[in-house]
Amino acid sequence: MTLSTFKSILFSVLFLAISTNGFASENSDPENDKEFEPKEMILHHVKDAYGMHIIDISGHPISIPLPVILYTDNGLTTFMSSEFHHDYNGEVIVEKNGQKFVNVHEKVYVLNEGETQVTYDEEHHPTNAKRPLDFSITRNVFMMMVSVIVLILLFTTTARRYKKSENNVPTGIAGFIEPLVVFVRDEIGKPMIGEHKYKRYMPYLLTIFFFIWINNVFGLIPILNGANLSGNIAFTCTLAVFTFIITTISGNKNYWKHIFWMPGVPVPMKIFLMPIEIIGMFVKPISLMIRLFANITAGHVIILALMSLIFVFKSVAIAPVSVAFSLFITVIEIIVTAIQAYIFTILSALYFGMATEEEHH
Amino acid sequence: MDLITPEFGLVFWTAIMFLLLLGILRKFAWKPILGAVSDREEGIKKALASAEKARLEMQNLTADNERILKEARAEREALLKEARDLKAKIVADAKDEAQAQANKMIEQAQIAIASEKKSAMAELKNHVAGLSVEIAEKMVREQLSNKDKQLKLVEDMLGEAKLN
Amino acid sequence: MTITGIAAIGAGLAAIGAGLGIGKIGGSAMEAMARQPEMHGKIQSSALILAAFVEAVALFGVVVAFLQG
Repeated sequence: MTLSTFKSILFSVLFLAISTNGFASENSDPENDKEFEPKEMILHHVKDAYGMHIIDISGHPISIPLPVILYTDNGLTTFMSSEFHHDYNGEVIVEKNGQKFVNVHEKVYVLNEGETQVTYDEEHHPTNAKRPLDFSITRNVFMMMVSVIVLILLFTTTARRYKKSENNVPTGIAGFIEPLVVFVRDEIGKPMIGEHKYKRYMPYLLTIFFFIWINNVFGLIPILNGANLSGNIAFTCTLAVFTFIITTISGNKNYWKHIFWMPGVPVPMKIFLMPIEIIGMFVKPISLMIRLFANITAGHVIILALMSLIFVFKSVAIAPVSVAFSLFITVIEIIVTAIQAYIFTILSALYFGMATEEEHH
Repeated sequence: MDLITPEFGLVFWTAIMFLLLLGILRKFAWKPILGAVSDREEGIKKALASAEKARLEMQNLTADNERILKEARAEREALLKEARDLKAKIVADAKDEAQAQANKMIEQAQIAIASEKKSAMAELKNHVAGLSVEIAEKMVREQLSNKDKQLKLVEDMLGEAKLN
Repeated sequence: MTITGIAAIGAGLAAIGAGLGIGKIGGSAMEAMARQPEMHGKIQSSALILAAFVEAVALFGVVVAFLQG
């Protein structure tokens, strides 16, 4: 059993399609008697990839090719991910712009001058190739673009609804969106930042809430093959850095005083607290980053691990249990998508509130 | 290790996409939506305040109306009372006057009667005296012949006259 | 035992700690909500935030396990 068969079966099981057929035909395939590696499969799913792999139909992978954009020593190089022919073991070599590119575990490497084959060290890192600056539209970037378009369409449509209606009465989609917006304002913005200052931060809080939420949800849709954007550390890191920058910029005198010279405690304590507070300043965004990344990734890993049980035990009998459990976890994950978006937003708001809090002694 | 190393490309795209999204939504979505919501909330607040104000005004108006009604009622009462009093007074006055008049008339009548009576008595007395004298003259003339008879007659006469 | 195995044990220990912590938060939040139903919303959101803080510590453990695994 290999990854590709797993995918087709996973897809079939999830959509209650011709699953038994799939099992029967794939199991009898003599080529696929390799040991099934759940860890490799899960990591492959959780990580980023160059193409949108949709499904394998009797061994032929079907995927949406996405552009690979690289900035190399020879300048900008672009080609479609389909040129790798679904290879990610560094076997297919693409020649562009006088350079040779290989895809090693969904990372493009450019081969050094004169090399024709990738060589690896013991930890399976290429030794004779290096990474170019990679601006590729990977499946995560692609899903992010889709989510951005969806969000823009959704919210501008909502905004137009208000213009059309009299007395700003929410109609249609606005009736669905408005409670969410009001929730972010009244349950996150106002109590965490304060009645007077929350307005400045509302666009950021709303954008980050819906951006994280929609990407969490997109990550759970099976047919998109789990573009695990919000479970990618680069994504959460970027958002956490934005929160950190805004917190630091909007920090007032009182905030900095609490960090460098804590009021109301004896001088030795002040000196003792200073490094702790400075570390805390950086730990806050780091914990935001880790929390979202680990929660979403863990959810994906659990669902995929439960699905892998079928192939680990090599038995159809285990499938109902496995499907039932992963369905259960998926339902929990749907709640988690909203909770994690809420937590990220409310903690960002909390940090902004701490940064702008006035002295009250 | 691979899993928790941020990829430069994705950081780059996330930053660009997020800033783009923030900019667009801020201008075309959050501003109108939050504006509309807060406008509506302001409107509701205002409407509630004005309703409260109207209610108070209504209350005042009702109170005023009641006060005016009460005043009018009191005035009416007063007027009626006054009228009643006046009526009673007039009636009483009229009664008194009538009584007085009547009394006066009765008095006058009595006085007149008394004086009439007096004069009638006097006249009668005079008349009777005249008559008596006449009778006496006659008697005297007739009976002066008989002394006893004369005396008896005088005595009888006098006795009779005394009774009268 | 390999380093991966030790990492898995570490992740498990982190999960125990977080489980205890979140359980305590959840229990106390429930009790508080039962005592003061009118504070329901406030308690719930504070409990969620606190749970997130506790969870973050556990997730650091998980990430360390990821590093080794």
